[in-house]
Amino acid sequence: MIKNKIFSLLLCGLIFGLVITGCSNQQEAGGTDEAAKRVYVAPGQYDEFYTFMSGGFSGQVTVYGIPSGRLFKIIPVFSQDAESAYGYSEETKAMLNTSYGFIPWGDAHHPELSETDGVHDGKWLFINENNTPRVARIDLTEFETAEILELPNSAGNHGSPFITENNEYVVASTRFSVPIPQKDVPIKSYKENFNGTISFIKVDKKTGEMSIGFQILVPGFNYDLAHAGKGPSHDWAFFTCYNSEEANSLLEMNASRNDKDFIAAVDWKLAEKYVSEGKAKKVVTKYAHNYMNEKTQTAISVMNNEVFILDPKDAPGMIYYLPTPKSPHGVDVDPTGQYIVGGGKLSSVLPVHSFDKMIKAIENKQFDGDVDGIPILKYDAVIAGEVKEPGLGPLHTEFDDNGFAYTTAFISSEIVKWKVGTWEVVDRVQTYYSPGHLSVPGGDTKKPWGKYVISLNKITKDRYLPTGPALCQSAQLFDITGDKMKLLLDFPTIGEPHYAQSIPAELLMKNSKKIYKLEDNEHPYAAKGVKETKVERKGNEFHITMGASRSHFTPDNIEGAKVGDKVYFHVTNFEQDWDIPHGFAVIGNKNSELLIMPGQTRTIIWEPQKVGVYPFYCTDFCSALHQEMQGYIRVSAQNSNPEIKFTLGE
Amino acid sequence: MKYKLLVIAAVATILFNCSDNKVANNSAGTDNSSKEKLAEKFGLTLFELENGIGPIKEKLILGPLDIEMASKGQNLFEEKCASCHKLDERFTGPAQRDVFERRTPEYIMNMILNPEEMIAKHPEVKKMLAIYMTSMTFQNVSQEQAREILEYFRKVDKEK
Repeated sequence: MIKNKIFSLLLCGLIFGLVITGCSNQQEAGGTDEAAKRVYVAPGQYDEFYTFMSGGFSGQVTVYGIPSGRLFKIIPVFSQDAESAYGYSEETKAMLNTSYGFIPWGDAHHPELSETDGVHDGKWLFINENNTPRVARIDLTEFETAEILELPNSAGNHGSPFITENNEYVVASTRFSVPIPQKDVPIKSYKENFNGTISFIKVDKKTGEMSIGFQILVPGFNYDLAHAGKGPSHDWAFFTCYNSEEANSLLEMNASRNDKDFIAAVDWKLAEKYVSEGKAKKVVTKYAHNYMNEKTQTAISVMNNEVFILDPKDAPGMIYYLPTPKSPHGVDVDPTGQYIVGGGKLSSVLPVHSFDKMIKAIENKQFDGDVDGIPILKYDAVIAGEVKEPGLGPLHTEFDDNGFAYTTAFISSEIVKWKVGTWEVVDRVQTYYSPGHLSVPGGDTKKPWGKYVISLNKITKDRYLPTGPALCQSAQLFDITGDKMKLLLDFPTIGEPHYAQSIPAELLMKNSKKIYKLEDNEHPYAAKGVKETKVERKGNEFHITMGASRSHFTPDNIEGAKVGDKVYFHVTNFEQDWDIPHGFAVIGNKNSELLIMPGQTRTIIWEPQKVGVYPFYCTDFCSALHQEMQGYIRVSAQNSNPEIKFTLGE
Repeated sequence: MKYKLLVIAAVATILFNCSDNKVANNSAGTDNSSKEKLAEKFGLTLFELENGIGPIKEKLILGPLDIEMASKGQNLFEEKCASCHKLDERFTGPAQRDVFERRTPEYIMNMILNPEEMIAKHPEVKKMLAIYMTSMTFQNVSQEQAREILEYFRKVDKEK
């Protein structure tokens, strides 16, 4: 029966897709010329928006310009990056520390810009790691990862890192339920032993520093996505969940049986109150908190060992379930904060819940049973409307500045535009192919900037020159200023771009840092000028405190190292002007090069294996005499006692 | 068409060479009217030709040597300049002890504070770039700090 249903859904999708494809070309913006003009950013001119995309399984964040679709930067976050030495250098290794030890890779999903009064404020970008649950914060003055917080009692940190209106909390829910705390139990005891959690991460208003405020223990469903409320729903956050069947195997069948799963509505203000009243239990656990010390430009990793967990049984009125068909994926709150859209990926309608109705239903106790004491609200009591024919496999919705909503339909490969309030579909456009998230600039805030929608497609197929079995990922830019959505541009993306957020360029440009001030550099091995360069031996550690300027290293002839030493190259870039990085590489190095920004100190460890004289050089073409920017280090026998010498120009 | 391009290239080369020579001649020369011509050619004022382009727009009154200021200047020089400039030998850039023989105090400060525009517009700096091949860059110093570095140069000038 279920098999048949899925089959017919897919078939419908295929037919629908074919029909739509037939007429899709008519929706390109008045032909190629007009589309080209809309995305053309003349040489030397700037894009209108910065767009931050998740790098998916690359573990990174990518920065694009819109409307050109040009890639500006890959920000390393959860994965090591040999280009910048992130995760390799002594200063950045600690960023990838976890309670499991050092983890060189992560699965990055949802970039989320910080907000003030429900509008992007351009301070920070948060992004979640799904596999080993973590949330990172990127500083938008330097476009670098400033902090990573691990989440204990979590598995599959997917519903994250969605933010409340004034950065009060970043929320995070578990996609996989697990025994909490972990214990050795039969997998089949799922219903008895498995739970999910929802974490509320506090964000320091001034510094952005994260800390776990509290966690809520929830029934063992799969908590998928989230969004915080805004305006009237400010105190609430919403979390979709599927697998209300609590299946532990063959979820594609077994977690699709129920007609309705849920959106969990959490009153976080009330939760805060319960925590302050001591209703939360202190639980011993272990999780890493890693952050960049601005002064030393070095990451610090601290292992924390307790969190506060609230059990809904001890916190009445804190959490309710809104029945939502059918295995909902996205949950998106409209700019007014009144409507909560559930993307029921196996549903034939798109349900929209009303916040006001939800509050009334709670007051009037219009319940339809409960799950472990969590009341289930009556569907009819909370539903505001259903969008009919929202496409097959509706996943995510964003909003524009004119009262319209845009929903991706994964199976039928389209974006469907509908009117908030009337729920009427007014336009639909084909995407190539299978969109997951979509992104309107400011499209999940109180004041969307609108203008464009970017479709983040899961399948690329024939859109670009083929590159063997592995293809680039793909985004598509549509114009949404008129009645009809118009395709403007295809552009390739890196990793799987799960989600993207855009912000007007002028909000970030003015704050963009150009250099690190040498005088503020408090790295213990910084050389503030050539006088501070030195070489010292500490046991078998051989520390070289050196400087780089165009076009030499100070010193560039170094003697006194021995086989078996750990040779630390601490390289300070003496430059104090924009866009003059220096690189550093030494032959036979087993980790990565260094890329050092002006005024910064970066360290790499080299462990010489054999006696000899070995070259090092600058890897970043820095000047006309870049090819001359080199040096030698002499390595003597392990049992010898070589004199330490370091010179330049002798 | 090919010929046309060649002719243009040849003329350009000649012009370029000529202008280079002029710069060389003029910097050594004393003829005021030819200085005016040179300034005009590069779109500079006579003041800028003599004293550089940047925040220092009039002659400084230097006063007696301020040892404390010179000592601050020395620290700054060692932290931010010494990687490229030594006092008595050519390095990435020219030796600095005898800088007053070549440049006015105002020129020195403008070069420290506004190297990018100096390189783009000033004939003397263009000539230096052709010799040294590495552009001098701004080292993030304030005007006050540039003045301290100047005082350090005054001090070491006297120690010649």
